[in-house]
Amino acid sequence: MSEFTENLIPGLTTKSKISRFRPASYVLIPLAAILFQVYVPRFVEYLSYLELPLMVTVYFAIMRRQPVAGAIIGAAIGLAQDSLSSHPLGMFGIVMTLAGYFAASISQRFDVENSALRFILSFFFFLFHQVFFWVLARGLLGQNLDLLVPQKIIFAFLNSVVAVPLFLILDRLKIEDR
Amino acid sequence: MESFLSRYRNLSVLLLLIVAQLLLLAYQVKAGEDVRLIRVWAVTAVTPLARGIEWIRGGTGGFFSGYVFLRDVQVENQRLRQEVGQLRLRTQFLSAELATADRAKALLAFRSSLPSKTLPARVIGTGTGANARVVYVDRGSTDGVMKGMAAITPEGIVGKVVAAYPTASLVQLITEQGSVAGVISQKNRVRGILKGQGSANCAVEYIQNEDKLEAGEWFFTSGADRIFPRGLPVGRVKMVGEGRGGKEVIVAPSALQAGLEEMLIVLDGVHGLIPDPQTPASSDVSILAPPPDGASTQPASSAAEPSGAGLTDADRLREKYKRIGESQGIEFGASPGRVADFNRTPTPEAPAAKPEAAKPEVAKPNAPKPVPPVKQ
Repeated sequence: MSEFTENLIPGLTTKSKISRFRPASYVLIPLAAILFQVYVPRFVEYLSYLELPLMVTVYFAIMRRQPVAGAIIGAAIGLAQDSLSSHPLGMFGIVMTLAGYFAASISQRFDVENSALRFILSFFFFLFHQVFFWVLARGLLGQNLDLLVPQKIIFAFLNSVVAVPLFLILDRLKIEDR
Repeated sequence: MESFLSRYRNLSVLLLLIVAQLLLLAYQVKAGEDVRLIRVWAVTAVTPLARGIEWIRGGTGGFFSGYVFLRDVQVENQRLRQEVGQLRLRTQFLSAELATADRAKALLAFRSSLPSKTLPARVIGTGTGANARVVYVDRGSTDGVMKGMAAITPEGIVGKVVAAYPTASLVQLITEQGSVAGVISQKNRVRGILKGQGSANCAVEYIQNEDKLEAGEWFFTSGADRIFPRGLPVGRVKMVGEGRGGKEVIVAPSALQAGLEEMLIVLDGVHGLIPDPQTPASSDVSILAPPPDGASTQPASSAAEPSGAGLTDADRLREKYKRIGESQGIEFGASPGRVADFNRTPTPEAPAAKPEAAKPEVAKPNAPKPVPPVKQ
């Protein structure tokens, strides 16, 4: 096994760390992310591509390293996002639940403190979020939405660029490592 | 069973969450109803924040920029620079006030020229989701806003209300995917369905390749969708070409070309007429159309109470309905109770019936017939 692989997959040799946060963080950070998405694009229109609630979901999921916690956090943030959108309740909820679950599952095998991996995870989960939302909208609601793949890839890249420093900032809010 | 659940605990919780949300979705889709309580809570919790942000931005933004500027002055010129700063601040404030007043005046002029009953509203936020094309406005069900009402500006149609909460409403822009409106072209009277694309432009579908349509031609609402009253500007044709199933037409919505700050919610829509092609209907002329040939220009003060020459089609239509209403002893647009019989022509001695205003609205032989007001 190479050194790079060992760095990325410490779970194979060492025990996984579970990061903990203050209970208020689980409420205030997602709330801030949702409010950012609601109000900031009104003044800075090009920032509407930022999917901060998804980034926060992925962050909490990978830091908690518990699929159940990831799924519940994803569902809560997704439903809150749904309640301020024009879609039926549950669309973002289902997508975010799956994103949280899979992110937490992946984090059990990889070193999620690594910025490169965080970048890749953010990129992957943004695309997953967009594609799965498109599938749900077509399949469940019968909406004929366009999936502009090149645009989504660019947005995924931009979101990942933002996600890495954002995750580093959120790392400062951790209170305990076990 | 218990051991199965404990063994597959993660998967069980995931399935439980997904199934619960699928059931929630299925209920909403099947019943055609929203889980209103959750949305009302969310919007009501968030709206005060939005109003606060708007208030801070509008009221004190200029002050803070001026303050930061004043902190950088040199000591020896402090007093003079303070004066300059204050004057600049005042100028900035007055300019902002003037701009706001101009916008409000334009909106007011447009509102008074509309036969429809409208309510001004201000944008206070956008919807969630990347590239969401929905906005929140500061008028809700307590102001009389209801789901399905149209949102317009002097420049054109904006969208429709998709949810009305007590203190705010959610307006779906016409550029949002899935957003539709019945439209008709100004010059060639070609009918089609305007569809949002999720981008800055909209497509107009169901236009035959044989139909004549030109780039730059204006589209107006046809009233067929029962949301937007007939005769409102929609946008200009940006691109037109022949396609497989019909013409491919791209329209640039006129109301969304600049930033969207204020809009009018149509509470009680009344159909208007499509203006003549000679009458430009762009954003810069839609409030006050140029007077007909040979007519003198009316003073600006008469904009609120239009009569005679210098009127738009909507003004003339409103005058006509007003006259019919007066001849039957009913004040047009005043009370929701009695409605005048608009099929009866007013008697010749009816008051305030100027010869110009009594003429038919459209002189063109192929122009549409006047449409009686239809409540939306």
